[in-house]
Amino acid sequence: MSIDMSQFHQVFFEECFEGLEAMESGLLNLDMGDIDSEVINTIFRGAHSIKGGSGTFGFTVVADFTHIMETLLDEMRDGRRKVTQTAVNVLLGSVDCLREMLTSIQNEQPVEVASVAKHQAALEQELNGYTTAAPPSAAVAASPAATVTIDAPNKTEAAALTEQGWKIAFCPYLDLLKTGNDPVRMFRELAELGELTTYANTQDIPGIYELDPEECNISWDLKVTGDIPAAEIKEIFNWVEGDCELDIQALVVKTAKPVAPTIAPASKQAEAEPVAPAPAPPPIPAPATAQDTDGIDAVTTKNLITPAQTDAEQIKNTVKASSSIRVDTAKIDALINMVGEVVITQSMLGLVGENFAMDKVDQLKKGLAQLERHTRDLQQSVMNIRMLPISFVFSRFPRLVHDISSKLGKKIELKLVGENTEIDKSVVELINDPLVHLIRNSLDHGIELPASRLAAGKPETGIIELKAYHRGGHIVIEIIDDGHGLDRKKLIAKAVEKGLVEENATLTDKQAFELIFMPGFSTAEKLTDISGRGVGMDVVRRNIEALGGNIEITSEVGKGTTIAIHLPLTLAILDGQSVAVGDETYIVPLVSIIESINITEKMLNKVAGKGETFRLRNQYIPIIRMHKIFNVQSRNASKMAEGVIVVVEGQGVLCGLFVDDLLGQQQVVIKSLEANYRRVEGVSGATILGDGSVALILDVPGLVRFSNR
Amino acid sequence: MASILAVDDSASMRKMVTFTLKSAGYDVEEAVDGVDALAKAQTRQFDCVITDVNMPNKDGISLIKDLRALASYKYTPMLTLTTESGMEKKMEGKAAGATGWIVKPFDPDQLLKTLKKVLG
Repeated sequence: MSIDMSQFHQVFFEECFEGLEAMESGLLNLDMGDIDSEVINTIFRGAHSIKGGSGTFGFTVVADFTHIMETLLDEMRDGRRKVTQTAVNVLLGSVDCLREMLTSIQNEQPVEVASVAKHQAALEQELNGYTTAAPPSAAVAASPAATVTIDAPNKTEAAALTEQGWKIAFCPYLDLLKTGNDPVRMFRELAELGELTTYANTQDIPGIYELDPEECNISWDLKVTGDIPAAEIKEIFNWVEGDCELDIQALVVKTAKPVAPTIAPASKQAEAEPVAPAPAPPPIPAPATAQDTDGIDAVTTKNLITPAQTDAEQIKNTVKASSSIRVDTAKIDALINMVGEVVITQSMLGLVGENFAMDKVDQLKKGLAQLERHTRDLQQSVMNIRMLPISFVFSRFPRLVHDISSKLGKKIELKLVGENTEIDKSVVELINDPLVHLIRNSLDHGIELPASRLAAGKPETGIIELKAYHRGGHIVIEIIDDGHGLDRKKLIAKAVEKGLVEENATLTDKQAFELIFMPGFSTAEKLTDISGRGVGMDVVRRNIEALGGNIEITSEVGKGTTIAIHLPLTLAILDGQSVAVGDETYIVPLVSIIESINITEKMLNKVAGKGETFRLRNQYIPIIRMHKIFNVQSRNASKMAEGVIVVVEGQGVLCGLFVDDLLGQQQVVIKSLEANYRRVEGVSGATILGDGSVALILDVPGLVRFSNR
Repeated sequence: MASILAVDDSASMRKMVTFTLKSAGYDVEEAVDGVDALAKAQTRQFDCVITDVNMPNKDGISLIKDLRALASYKYTPMLTLTTESGMEKKMEGKAAGATGWIVKPFDPDQLLKTLKKVLG
């Protein structure tokens, strides 16, 4: 039977990457002083699974590489080897190397042989204290078959011998049946190899009253004739070794054929399954298999670099990654459940519609309400499928922090909170880069060096907390460090120097901190390779805003900085408030609305050159007349009292949108305007309303910026 | 056709084993670890159990021990999936009551061939 193994590759790769992540976090969590055996076990299991799978799916380069890691970890696991920081670092490097290898294979690209050889040498150095790997060039030249032949000449010779037949004395111990082995099935297998004659010795069967039917009281003399390799006979009996007395003898031994032509098949066998030793002198000693297996291991270990052409073949066989998603089955069940409900409601409505009379209006309304509820639930269930725990993003950071803090000579502990908070897959993919940037910033500029921390009376080890939680329709991600905080005087001085603000400008704390988001602003005395990568905080902010989110910063000198990112749970659907301006309908994201109020003309203050404001409690709020911005005819252009002010917040700034009317709240499906038309300032997308018309979704922060000009 | 319980914590291996066995006409049920397997084995009688050795939540060895202790699995063939380096594991499996082992890596044909030894 031939089965297309490539169908399992996608799952295999996903599993490998998960395994690597588990290994990585395990390695990072190892406390040298107090080794947790369960953590070592988890790391070992990761390597073990990758090795098993890669062997089975034909990625021998990966299998060979993981084999060394596995051996090393196995020794750590049962205490034969001490866990050292060097070993952990080597293993971390190997995890990276494996990840690269798997990514290359997945993308059908050649594996970086040199880098693999480097990590392999480091692993072997750690394992043996010396490296056995030949330089890559030499190893590539050596084929596996050749290595096996050199290493195991005896085996080759043994398998080269073929026999005319075998005589087998098989005397099971009483308990053989209790292992699940069944002599009858074994004989059937033997019969497939050649002509089988059996003779059962029944003299040991006790009388019917003493007979224990669970015991095996029969022994057999078997003869099987044909040209059968010893290994095949041996394989049939290999599971009952130790559960029986077994004597296998060759009937006729032919002289060995010339060895050369049989090397290839023989060595192939040697790889696949332990080969029995030479049939003479029989009987075959039981522990031989164990020795053989060890022999093969030695071969595998030495034969670490698979020839380049094998890589190429493997790569050819791999399937390119498709963007798939792993979903908890409970979520699918919930979805199916909801579909069932919708079907029931639909059939109920169908009944109502069949003979519709006015007295059924109530029923119809009820049905429609039910349908609405179920559609909403259904939508929720579907969206849920796209939700991933944020740990997908967070899990990378312990490594990042570990690597960078040791590079900077800082002591930093990373705390992850709320890793199971779920967030839309599309957001997960896009939030990674901004977060990396922010964490790098905290590491580099936020947390001080141990000495300055001690001098400031703080504990030597700085803490960065990465926290995610849900609030309203938002997910909030906070990066909290207990470093030296932002110095507002320094910020302002810098901004003045760069010409970003006027001298003597009075800025609130918030406004001062906001300065770091301005293009071209950087407070670090010198750029380092950690955070100074030419990407500023302005890009971070833009990326987050592109996700429909916003970013806030609070800081206290000497105490630390907190950066909070608010993100929508999903990018596909939005809770919106529809507002009317003239004949047009616009959608204001519900999350940015603070309140909606009605004001009269008298409450307006006109500020020369700065437009209009009104006083809301203790704050002056600028007004944006929507009909002016979008250039539409408004019914209430001149009558403030007949329209409505929708007070919105964008980037921490309040602003009043003057519209004609509030229409209603609804969830809208976001259609990208950029993809279908072009980017329009103040508009984040569009949606199709129930009546088929198109409504623009307002980008509140964009509008605020726009109106400030 | 014979029913088989396939136990492995690695989804790709489990899928591969299941697919191979199903293609050959066996009735296959999957379990993700020893605990899952033990529960499933008690809700129905399988003709054969194939299990990975190294698993979280009850490994293969402990699973086989527990299954063998059940009257309904006293004679049921149970095979371990083990890596080539694990001769000790093979023997450990046998000591726990395993019928035999299948050496990883294996291809579908090897799996089916080996299975014939216990399922006929």
